[in-house]
Amino acid sequence: MLRDEDRIFKNLYNDIGSDLNSAKKRGDWSNTKELCAKGREWIISEIKSSELRGRGGAGFPTGLKWSFAPKEIGSRPHYLVINADESEPGTCKDRDILRFEPHKLIEGCLISSYAVNAHKCYIYIRGEYFIEGQKLQKAIDEAYKNNFLGKDACGTGWDLDIYIHYGAGAYICGEETALLESLEGKKGQPRLKPPFPALIGLYGCPTIINNVETIAVVPSILRRGAKWFAALGNPKNTGTKIYCISGNVNSPCNVEEEMGIPLKDLIETHAGGVIGGWENLKAVIPGGSSMPLLPKRICDTIKMDFDSLIAEKSGLGTAGIIVINNDQDIIKCMSRIARFYKHESCGQCTPCREGSGWMWRMLERMAKGEASRDEVNMLMDVTKQIEGHTICAFGEGSAWPVQGLLRHFKKEVEKRNNFNPLVNRNKNIPYLVDQHLLEKKNA
Amino acid sequence: MTIKKICKEQPEHFELTEKNIEKAKKIITNYPEGKQQSAVMALLYLAQSQNENWIPLAAMKYIGKFLNIPYIKVYEVATFYSMYNLSPVGKNFIQVCTTTPCMIRGAYKIVDACKEKISNNENELLEGKNCSWVEVECLGACVNGPMMQINNDYFEDLDKEKTLKILDQILKGNSPKPGSYRGRTNSEPEKNRKTLLDTKNA
Repeated sequence: MLRDEDRIFKNLYNDIGSDLNSAKKRGDWSNTKELCAKGREWIISEIKSSELRGRGGAGFPTGLKWSFAPKEIGSRPHYLVINADESEPGTCKDRDILRFEPHKLIEGCLISSYAVNAHKCYIYIRGEYFIEGQKLQKAIDEAYKNNFLGKDACGTGWDLDIYIHYGAGAYICGEETALLESLEGKKGQPRLKPPFPALIGLYGCPTIINNVETIAVVPSILRRGAKWFAALGNPKNTGTKIYCISGNVNSPCNVEEEMGIPLKDLIETHAGGVIGGWENLKAVIPGGSSMPLLPKRICDTIKMDFDSLIAEKSGLGTAGIIVINNDQDIIKCMSRIARFYKHESCGQCTPCREGSGWMWRMLERMAKGEASRDEVNMLMDVTKQIEGHTICAFGEGSAWPVQGLLRHFKKEVEKRNNFNPLVNRNKNIPYLVDQHLLEKKNA
Repeated sequence: MTIKKICKEQPEHFELTEKNIEKAKKIITNYPEGKQQSAVMALLYLAQSQNENWIPLAAMKYIGKFLNIPYIKVYEVATFYSMYNLSPVGKNFIQVCTTTPCMIRGAYKIVDACKEKISNNENELLEGKNCSWVEVECLGACVNGPMMQINNDYFEDLDKEKTLKILDQILKGNSPKPGSYRGRTNSEPEKNRKTLLDTKNA
């Protein structure tokens, strides 16, 4: 178990208070000026050598991302955008940072803005987190009052303004380019990449977009040194991470732990174990709903970091762990996730718009046992036709959970849906062809 | 993409109150000059809160003129995002999260409670009632599931009985206390917390 002094978010459960004074007691804002005085290159190289990977799901190295921003401000201003549009089912870590550790985030914003040459920072909060947004606004006001923000912020000689922008209940706005569209006051539909936002982003200007947790850990890394951070976890998967453990566990909770902690340890130590005991475990979704689930066999030994999970064809994602035990119907659970994706698809790319609904309807029938034997393979085929054929990663996000289900629980799905299809295979009719066309040909 | 029903009975006129115009002008200054379109989402919220939790078409036209952008661009945004209500909802707008993490902890029992107390159908505002309910996708409080949101407040760690009690309060016109209904602090583990004990006991 991670030692308490190595925890970054000491106020994760709001034992101490989130105001400026108690934040200062925890060490926030203590030497921000000195840290910035060491220069942009130092900050970026320190973040690079800490091997911090983005906490928003994709796990892109943060230092590398920052180095993509132009070194000098040209004719266009730079922007820093914080992605607090946390909507991935199973994930609720950013909410606690916004509520209880707002000053870590604000200080992180200042240092990161300085590192990427941004004078303006927008924090995009999902609309449902209105109360959390108000708490953050209060903290921002406090920071302005103490000259930690605004002109010559915190004595660093750097001007920074932070604004909050509320979303309005669209999951897709967590995708970085959709978020920019939304910030510009348009529908949240993702843009094609390239050009990447680091060069052409918000209002066509260079923009760096980071997750809340990523930015909030930056001051602690610089203060305690990249070596300390890199010593936690495994190489390339360093540091600490807030895990959200929900579902069929005895005490669901958020907890900050080391990267690479075994999943079983995490669930048994912090979440009070699976309801009905470890033997009653059916599957775990390890990283928010878009990551493929893992059956119990893998859960016994898996370590929670980016690379170990990729090796098992899943991913760490946002580290929102959803535990499903044997009392649940796994097909129904995945069907509900498919409905989520059907609801949240932005409708821009056809494979995703149509395919997400298709997957949901098929899974819904499969949960009831109303699908034919052939449809199980057809479902796999549908997921393959969505994956990789869309502008943003939403296509993968909606297809992977279904693929995970079919990879590990195909027998169960087939057992429940085991009758002959209406159109027999021996007639040699490909299912993607419209039936009426075939009839004409046969007539 | 959500399918949205736009109310058939629309008011003729809509204007932001003076207080809200002040707020709107301040919001516009958050964005660079000429990029006032960015404020459209915030202005729609203002209109929604002013007009009993829903946005009439007249308000979209008004906001279009206010920001000097075409009406269709406001309409597009208002219909895209799920938090803008385009038909009247109750003064207390209840959103029940039923996505998988909440579902496996019994979110559909909360839905049953809403059906029992409020109305059989989603988004239905019965006469004489001050609330309506709707099933929504993940509200981002998964470790506190099942949960629901009433206006801006989160009600967490619910079960059917607790929900019935909360709804009774709402129907009587009271405002029940938000937060966890199993008495835990925020998102800490309920039993056997093992981390940050020094600060807890301090």
